[in-house]
Amino acid sequence: MVRELTCIMCPMGCDLTAEKDERGNITVTGNTCPRGREYAMQELTAPMRNIATSVLVEGGELPLASVRLDGPIPRERIFDVMQEIKGRKVKAPVQIGDVLIENVLGLGRNVVITKNVAKRGR
Amino acid sequence: MREIDVAIIGGGPAGLAAAVRLYDMGIRNILILEREHQLGGILRQCIHDGFGLARFGETLSGPEYAQRFIDEVQKKEIEYMTDVTVLSISEDKKIVAASTAGLVELQAKAVVLTMGCRERTRGAISIPGQRPAGVYTAGVAQSYINLQNKMVGREVVILGSGDIGMIMARRMTLEGAHVQAVFEVQPYASGLPRNIEQCLHDYDIPLYLSHTVTEIKGRDRLEAVVVSQVDENMQPIPGTEKEYRCDTLILSVGLIPENELSLGAGVELDARSRGAVVDEYHQTSVPGIFAAGNVLQVHDLVDFVSMEAENLADSVAAYIREGGLKPCTHAVVTDGNVTHTIPQRISGECDFKLSMRVRRPMRDCTIRLSQNGVTVSEKKMRKALPAEMIQIPVKAEKLDQNSDLEVSVVW
Repeated sequence: MVRELTCIMCPMGCDLTAEKDERGNITVTGNTCPRGREYAMQELTAPMRNIATSVLVEGGELPLASVRLDGPIPRERIFDVMQEIKGRKVKAPVQIGDVLIENVLGLGRNVVITKNVAKRGR
Repeated sequence: MREIDVAIIGGGPAGLAAAVRLYDMGIRNILILEREHQLGGILRQCIHDGFGLARFGETLSGPEYAQRFIDEVQKKEIEYMTDVTVLSISEDKKIVAASTAGLVELQAKAVVLTMGCRERTRGAISIPGQRPAGVYTAGVAQSYINLQNKMVGREVVILGSGDIGMIMARRMTLEGAHVQAVFEVQPYASGLPRNIEQCLHDYDIPLYLSHTVTEIKGRDRLEAVVVSQVDENMQPIPGTEKEYRCDTLILSVGLIPENELSLGAGVELDARSRGAVVDEYHQTSVPGIFAAGNVLQVHDLVDFVSMEAENLADSVAAYIREGGLKPCTHAVVTDGNVTHTIPQRISGECDFKLSMRVRRPMRDCTIRLSQNGVTVSEKKMRKALPAEMIQIPVKAEKLDQNSDLEVSVVW
């Protein structure tokens, strides 16, 4: 089986060709860095993605703080994780790197804050 | 009037990177002028990840990427003003700005233009029809959703396959909207392949090439758009009209460098890049006025914006110390396959990095830089896409100091 892929690990977007032989061995060509090979292997076995969204901040100088996962999760779990994040609120101040949800849905990844939001001034 | 060495117009990724590098080069009497309430520019609303791989070797969200530079600015106590709008810059580098504390007047030795770009609008592409609410540019929708917590619509059609449009297709889908399709007037996508993959394919959002919106319907709120196929001249083909019922139309139809202030300063613009004509020092046609980032040329990677601004800072530091830079009298000329280059002028005496884009997708081609038929540098490409900026390093030792540089695509 041969699959043509566009690498999404970085904005270079290398054209990858991944080939799986009868014994299940995967060979990847077209990648310009090791992450490309990793990505193609994963796409053929279990596609992984990161997602970003935001949460409400109470008492902050901004209404929202952005969040993301600190590593990719199985693609088919994206909407489950979105559901888990939805409705969460944090209290200002928050800092980049603060953990909003630890080990979200047992997927081994944390949901982390990606924006500093200070307390609202008077 | 307050006198400073360098005024930096815009505190986004280019302005921040330029400021930090200038400081490191020993140029300390500098001031960043930022129109918004916070530093960071467009990165503040780009909450998706994928930034920083080239610059920091790890993948960050936009706000995190910006914060790395903001932290440096604050640590080094580089002066910046927010909520200040620059009204004019003169050829002799006098700056007038409006701030919450009143009018600000400055005399700078050098000015760094890092104002970024703005989005093309419905008016810019002249879509016929009614004028209901519900038509947004992608960046405006992104600001509403990611900064202001306001959802812009539920049934969405996207016109244009620019990166922000595709990223908003995913973002709106995650927030519960139904994105029906992305339509692109050109026969190829204008955004990066990775965004087609992870923003459209992942969510089963179809991308229709050679299609455009030919009518907007709706009295108060958008009710429907009419989409037509276009021919090879991008003209709608009669009889191909199809109506899509929707409440929201997102436009991702191109970015234009924001050069109103540059024009006022007498800076010569390039009709192809829509940014300033610059030399290898990133100096514009006005000595002491420099430009980098999206105000100079629209980038697809913020990492390259930062690096371009850092290169610029090295030249600005030299300009401040030496009071001027070597004249660059040779032109960089292009063939019909190249949309534009940065720089457009060179001295022939320095190493530099040429940035360019191709006009249409090409496979197995070579970008050749030559002088009088002699190759100076070349880059073989398995694929060259208009969506991807190409950068080619040029060594001074290879250059003939008395000739223009020609950039061509051969295959």
